Amino acid sequence: MVSEEKETILWEVFIQPKNGLSHRHCGSIHAPDREMAILSARNVYSRRGEGQSIWVVRSIDIVSSDPDEKEETFSSDDKIYRHPTFYDVPDDVGHM
Amino acid sequence: MARKQNEKIVSLEEFQEKIDRDEKIEPKDSMPEAYRKTLIRQIGQHAHSEVVGMLPEGNWITRAPTLRRKLSLLAKVQDEAGHGLYLYCAAETLGKSRMEMNQELLSGKAKYSSIFNYPTPTWADIGAIGWLVDGAAIMNQIPLCRCSYGPYARAMIRICKEESFHQRQGYEIMLTLARGTKAQKEMAQRALNRWWWPSVMMFGPSDADSPNTENSVKWKIKRYTNDELRQKFVDAIVPQAEKIGLTVPDKDLKWDKKRNNGQGGYAYGEINWDEFWRVVRGDGPMNNERISAKQKAWNEGSWVRAAAHAHALKKQTALQAAE
Repeated sequence: MVSEEKETILWEVFIQPKNGLSHRHCGSIHAPDREMAILSARNVYSRRGEGQSIWVVRSIDIVSSDPDEKEETFSSDDKIYRHPTFYDVPDDVGHM
Repeated sequence: MARKQNEKIVSLEEFQEKIDRDEKIEPKDSMPEAYRKTLIRQIGQHAHSEVVGMLPEGNWITRAPTLRRKLSLLAKVQDEAGHGLYLYCAAETLGKSRMEMNQELLSGKAKYSSIFNYPTPTWADIGAIGWLVDGAAIMNQIPLCRCSYGPYARAMIRICKEESFHQRQGYEIMLTLARGTKAQKEMAQRALNRWWWPSVMMFGPSDADSPNTENSVKWKIKRYTNDELRQKFVDAIVPQAEKIGLTVPDKDLKWDKKRNNGQGGYAYGEINWDEFWRVVRGDGPMNNERISAKQKAWNEGSWVRAAAHAHALKKQTALQAAE
């Protein structure tokens, strides 16, 4: 028979391919503690030398914005003066 | 630990417009319940298939004919474990727990690809699986890289990238046997005979009998119908078989220039749908063995999971005491 067991902790995994690049989210992993999370993350997400550094973060510790408030949170369509093309500079000034 | 899902109701029209604009759906976005359910079912079955798929091949790791073959097979089976995990992780983002999915597999409630309910009596079966089964899986999976659900699409991109060696490894085994002794060539041909029809069936019921297809295509979970993918598969495999001097076991197979909108393709014989449904319903040659093997592994691994939890707890307690 199959016994009931409690869920292990869910961790989000971030891998840095090499120095100079940032860590990038690649998935999640189940593990009872952080050392085992790192080990499993390496086995599951880096079998072909995809990385040289791994971060694991408990999924429940990630705080996220509400996707239904995307408009309010991120709208900046009315702030075109934040982009370089808003400013007129004579062509013969060259690249700026 | 299922993540909290967004409960806000989205209208079907609004959702469809988003899909039609080719926008991706991410875990916390609002989505119709039917979309969520379809994905949980499909991704869950896909994950279970990867996991059960390790069994027929794992059977041959200790008996691979050379060290090179053994290394390749080990790597391939390990990839399949990884692919199962990527997919479980994608399904979990939809609010279903890993433990629940695992229980459904172990109890026999969840389905997985019927192809893994066939036995692997010879080494040539390992070649046939890589060539045909992984070949069919890749056909199926490449369009899924563009699936509307972000986490599933991302998992598929990783999987497709890693899986390209699987099919080549299988074809190489078949090619080597086909160029070997008479007995080796016969062994390859017999494996092709065993795996051909089950592989053709892997794409699922024909479009006329596939009730889930319409919604899945509308929601851009699926980009092609079962029959379209099946045709691509047959067209790709037949010349590969000819190349190594093996014969596809279908007497009705012939070139039909009307197929593929007049570009031509292979017409193939009648599929034995009775066999297909029989195996789906649990009456295939290996259904019981596969589930028993999973249950045995789960039960025998119980002390390892208990020890890992105890170790984690002990370290946590020590850490708190030191603070």
